[in-house]
Amino acid sequence: MAMQFMEGNEAIARGAVAAGCRFFAGYPITPATTVYNNMLRLLPPLGGICLQGEDEIASIGFCLGAAMTGAKALTATSGPGISLYSEQISFAIGSEIPLVIVNIQRLGPSTGSATRGADGDIQFMQWGNSGGQPVIVLAPVDIRDCYTLTAHAFNLAERFRCPVFLAANKEIAMTRESVDLDRLPLPAPVERRTADARNPFLPFATADGELVPRFLPIGGQRLVRQTSSTHGPDGYITTDAGIIDAMQKRLRAKIHSAADALALYDADIDPAADTLVIAYGVSARAVRKAVAARREQGRKLSLLVLKTLWPVPEGLLRENLAAHRRAVVVEMNLGQYVREIERLAGATRVDFFGQMDGNLLHPRRIAKAL
Amino acid sequence: MTSLLNTQRPPVFCPGCSHERVVTSLDKALDNRGLQGHQLVIVSDIGCSGLFDTFFNAHAFHGLHGRALTYATGLKMARPDLKVVVTMGDGGLGIGGAHVLATCRRNIDLTLLVLNNFNYGMTGGQCSATTPSEAQVGSGFLNRLEKPVDICTLAGAAGAPYLARLSAYQKDLSEQIGAAVDYAGFSVVDIWGVCPGRYTKHNQLTPKRIDERLADLPAVNGPVSENQRSEYSHAYAELAARQIDSDALTHIPAQFQAPQSGRREVVILGGAGQRIVTAGELLCLAGISAGLHVTQKNDYPITVLRGHSVSELVLDAREIGFTGIDRPDVVLALSPEGVARRPAMWPRLSSDAMVIAAKGVSLPHCNAHVEVLDFKAGKIKSADWALAALAVMAARGRVLTQEMLAAAVRHRFSGKVRDLALATIARATALTAEG
Repeated sequence: MAMQFMEGNEAIARGAVAAGCRFFAGYPITPATTVYNNMLRLLPPLGGICLQGEDEIASIGFCLGAAMTGAKALTATSGPGISLYSEQISFAIGSEIPLVIVNIQRLGPSTGSATRGADGDIQFMQWGNSGGQPVIVLAPVDIRDCYTLTAHAFNLAERFRCPVFLAANKEIAMTRESVDLDRLPLPAPVERRTADARNPFLPFATADGELVPRFLPIGGQRLVRQTSSTHGPDGYITTDAGIIDAMQKRLRAKIHSAADALALYDADIDPAADTLVIAYGVSARAVRKAVAARREQGRKLSLLVLKTLWPVPEGLLRENLAAHRRAVVVEMNLGQYVREIERLAGATRVDFFGQMDGNLLHPRRIAKAL
Repeated sequence: MTSLLNTQRPPVFCPGCSHERVVTSLDKALDNRGLQGHQLVIVSDIGCSGLFDTFFNAHAFHGLHGRALTYATGLKMARPDLKVVVTMGDGGLGIGGAHVLATCRRNIDLTLLVLNNFNYGMTGGQCSATTPSEAQVGSGFLNRLEKPVDICTLAGAAGAPYLARLSAYQKDLSEQIGAAVDYAGFSVVDIWGVCPGRYTKHNQLTPKRIDERLADLPAVNGPVSENQRSEYSHAYAELAARQIDSDALTHIPAQFQAPQSGRREVVILGGAGQRIVTAGELLCLAGISAGLHVTQKNDYPITVLRGHSVSELVLDAREIGFTGIDRPDVVLALSPEGVARRPAMWPRLSSDAMVIAAKGVSLPHCNAHVEVLDFKAGKIKSADWALAALAVMAARGRVLTQEMLAAAVRHRFSGKVRDLALATIARATALTAEG
């Protein structure tokens, strides 16, 4: 056995490069800065572009421009930067621009604590943009996930033409760990589906049975229109309610209809258990320890570690919730994702255990709640 | 010669709006250069200037208010072969001011046309960054409180290498725009015009008055000599090509046996300048050399040259779930700031735990076995105390062995630094023998 030693942010950068990312723009912010540092080291020798924007708005704007030329683009920030990204995120959602956004969450609200972890942006990433359309959010548990989920995030961004968040946490991103990246299986890189440039091109038209428009790059032979305005298939502004309705419903359906198919999770289900523990992110590590400790004491428990948070894997959750009398949701906040569990729980009782004081949840404290 | 104007979407500006003159002049300039639509991107901002992209048969990118230059920069860096023209109003210039300044400083090959009509036409004629203080606008008295900016002065100070201050009504507008498009760098073209829908309802502004006001200002039209320099995307490519590929990942082979089994937690309590993070890394590398899983969490203030520096290490043959410190096996107490940073830890230390303290660092009461070492007397500098303390741990058979530590040092350092580190370890080991 031989291993490497690095922090989560380096694994994220290496996962991005392995997925074909060749464009990064960011603005320094603890605890995300070292994603930028690593991309600055990795991309130029590969012929890629790594830029430091004058602010977060510029950084994500650079990425949107580059993504429309066909590049796989990455940006990385923390809560205060996500706030500034907001207008550009809704642009990427509504105008179907593939992009991966790394959010190394830190303790908020606002500037909060730069070097303390939390999972305080879980609802914010989905709803912190205008229009209320769905996004995809993946949450790594450890350094291995930082590498592999970043590659998944790029594939999903390409496949669905939407922004995909990697919702990490200071406690994973800036913690150094032993890992062997070479032995981690990565998904095969997915490229966005392109239209046939020989045919007339409507930038937001979808083929029969498809929910994602075929892509052609700005700068190709066929003229491409991109716009943040409410648009029809031709990319021109429209006020036609029928066209608008179809576009809005398609934006929603393309993500929601795939929710269960793209769900990434680890299920450790005991058919004899009456309690299902649900966790994600760095807290899932402590939860695993707590569950193992309680099982040693004879307690029967099931554990579901979610790695896709948005779209909510409703089918997976409903099925597992229905098989248990009680669910315990553990989060490094004061109760965010538990809202999604509650609405899916049916007759299953939902309890919450969480904290947001800048410290990791302790396995012994979690075990007491189980 | 073919116009790039989209005949199916003719300009829709208010009658008398000067924007239409800019549309036709831009088209003529592009046409004269033989540019085809697929070689061109029109990036437009918000406001009436944000309609520009729809009038041309070219690649189009219309985004959020003030952010046009951000998209244009990404497009140009990803595709330096494309001609990129950005249109924005005086409103976009104001809200996107940071992007205007940064783009001037970068000197990336974009042409920025500012359609400057001294107010926010689309939202009701409110004041913008260029509205004269004496104008009557939709912001009541508020514009009387602010000084308008001169775009060319601002852009020149920020490093724009090409500036032009023009009237939308001047006869050679298309030639002037064409010269800016030709310039291989960032060109800022400030085009003064009339907004009949809002501004001239309450203000006297005519083509003649624009000419008179322009004549009162120093003429600005062409390259700015003091701002001439390499274009950003070219300079980037040149410097990027010289970056050394340092992508290689280094593996640390597992070849030793750790002295203790089970989960081991180590806390290094030090201060700035004591190379605490590096010592933590060395301990982790040593652990990997014994086939262990390891994690390292560091804690230090933003003032990296002052205050505490704490490193928390976990080593375990099994995968590490919880990366926090529960019950430390070894604590290295090397500075008062570090010791003070973890007050709650001391009462919890068990009698099995070991504290290695530098002489002179006072400790709270604890049940652990404390070994005090006089590193100074051993001629070990404060910056090396953390490494020396690792050597003491190895000598005592705690968490790591001497061969594990030596392997970590050989992996992490080379040349003179490695020799010095190995010498420090030898001196620290000698201290333990004396003790």
